[in-house]
Amino acid sequence: MTQDNAFISFRNVNKFYGKFQAIKDVSMDIGHGEFFSLLGASGCGKTTLLRMLAGFESVSSGEIYIDGQPMSGVPPHHRPVNMVFQNYAIFPHLNVRDNIAYGLRKQKLPRAKRNDMVEEMLELIKLPEYGDRKATQLSGGQRQRIALARALILKPKVLLLDEPLGALDKQLREQMQLELRALQKTVGITFVFVTHDQEEALTLSDRIAVMAEGRDLQVDTPTRLYENPKTREVASFIGTMNFFDGTVTSLKGDTAVIKVDGLGEVSASMGAVPLLAGDSVNVAIRPEKFVLTDEKPDGVQYCVKGQLNNAAYLGERSHYYISVDGVSKPVAVSAQNRERAQETETQSRPVWLSWNSAAIVVLKD
Amino acid sequence: MSGSYIERPNRPLLIYAVLFLIVLYLPVMLLPLFSFNDSIYVKFPLKGFTFQWYIELMDRDPAWAALRNSLKVGITTALISTGLGIFAAKAITRYTLPGRGPVVGFIMLPLVIPGIIFGVALLVLLSQLGIRLSLYTVTIGHIIICLPFAIATMIPRFEGFDKSVEEASADLGENAWWTFWRITFPMVFPGILASLLLTFTVSFDEFIMAFFLSGTDATLPMYIWGQLRFPQAFPSILALASIILLVSFILVFLGQWINRSATSDSLESETNT
Repeated sequence: MTQDNAFISFRNVNKFYGKFQAIKDVSMDIGHGEFFSLLGASGCGKTTLLRMLAGFESVSSGEIYIDGQPMSGVPPHHRPVNMVFQNYAIFPHLNVRDNIAYGLRKQKLPRAKRNDMVEEMLELIKLPEYGDRKATQLSGGQRQRIALARALILKPKVLLLDEPLGALDKQLREQMQLELRALQKTVGITFVFVTHDQEEALTLSDRIAVMAEGRDLQVDTPTRLYENPKTREVASFIGTMNFFDGTVTSLKGDTAVIKVDGLGEVSASMGAVPLLAGDSVNVAIRPEKFVLTDEKPDGVQYCVKGQLNNAAYLGERSHYYISVDGVSKPVAVSAQNRERAQETETQSRPVWLSWNSAAIVVLKD
Repeated sequence: MSGSYIERPNRPLLIYAVLFLIVLYLPVMLLPLFSFNDSIYVKFPLKGFTFQWYIELMDRDPAWAALRNSLKVGITTALISTGLGIFAAKAITRYTLPGRGPVVGFIMLPLVIPGIIFGVALLVLLSQLGIRLSLYTVTIGHIIICLPFAIATMIPRFEGFDKSVEEASADLGENAWWTFWRITFPMVFPGILASLLLTFTVSFDEFIMAFFLSGTDATLPMYIWGQLRFPQAFPSILALASIILLVSFILVFLGQWINRSATSDSLESETNT
């Protein structure tokens, strides 16, 4: 994303609470109509960043622009953003209709017009006929939709969502994820979504910013984050990753030949990382990129013998843990259960791991 | 009898509880009893039933003047101390104030400082300032006494709802003023009502401050105190005390009931999330 079509821009944003620095020099751009997620463990600064967008937290230094306008000194009630709070923050003393219509007061609409807008929102969130219910009589999922409707009725330029699905049970959460995505496509406004759930972020987002300790580690599409993580931190945060220690022995154009402890010599594309011969690197391979066989496979690029230690049956796939000489941690391998299995064989036995160059991600130490 | 001792009723404790309530309320109940007794002397055996003392009370103009004074002071005290209490409770619960602990401690201090000390202190101060004693000075004294009650009643209401509800209002475009009127005020309203009732009751019954700080206009408790010297006035005072007792009970119960039903409402909303 270039700065030209950026709709929200963070420019060298810092946030201090006393001596503690919650946000460390964050600069990133969010495009118009994008579903953008801030992903990270709790305390990584993602919610602080969102609250800075909403105006509830001030920026210690740097600037946030929304639609080209600097936001410093603009209070929350004058910002073109609306927020869905983590606990929904439904107004308990108002009924559903009054909750949704809350922000319309200043528009001084005729009553009929206002009611039409509310009914329209109730349709959109699939809760028609709920207008007269007390907000306290609703379930978590319903409240969440009310919170969405209350924000969307104001047609904000940006909708901020602070872990809105965190309090829902798994099935409802998955349903709401689909609905959220569909809704975002329908209304076409920019969503900034905070979550600690990587699966949720991968499912929903156009792009994700992975955050840790107040910094943005990598901003990328879900696919690129998973397949081409730029740092070891990102690689280990998103999904499972096997790391091997290696040393670059020689370089040929874009390709590096790397001597990997336990796996032997492999060649791999360097990606964006500039390497020199003699550099020590991390070689990272996703568990599902390995192929597991009982016999030594033919016609594969690389293979190594190991000892199957442990297996876990998860239904559509199984996880295997294989110890390989010269590798400190057991190698995790994930395989689809294409055949109908009788029983998962868990007894220790020798197996072969095979993989190819394309599976290898090279990360600098 | 089944179940653990936690669920089992306990007869000795039950007897204790009944005795406790009797000891607590028996003396108080003697007031209405003798106020209907057809005798000028407060002693058993009872002579007969009469409304005489209540009728006599109707004709006592000073009693009614005192009642009016007490109502004036009580209502003013309730409104001002509750009004101030709203802002104090909001500040205490919503903002991180420097030295919050000591400040709250100082505000609550009148609860434990004997009224007589405050009364004397205020009397000294007012006479130094050359302010004449009047119902106004009584009201000032009562506001000081009632403010901690008001704050203590409303703090739980402010703490009882999530700050993010106010943030949501700001986020939906309302400024501080409108957020207060559309969100904060309705949500703490039961607390405000309870505080009004409680502070009025405290002011209405208060004697020491009134004794020190009133000028020529007596409040009701002072009037009663004054009348105790006249034996023939005593049964009417009993009648008056009975009426006050009844009204106080009603007000306090009303306050408790409002606050509790509102609390169970918000608890219900908590569990639904």
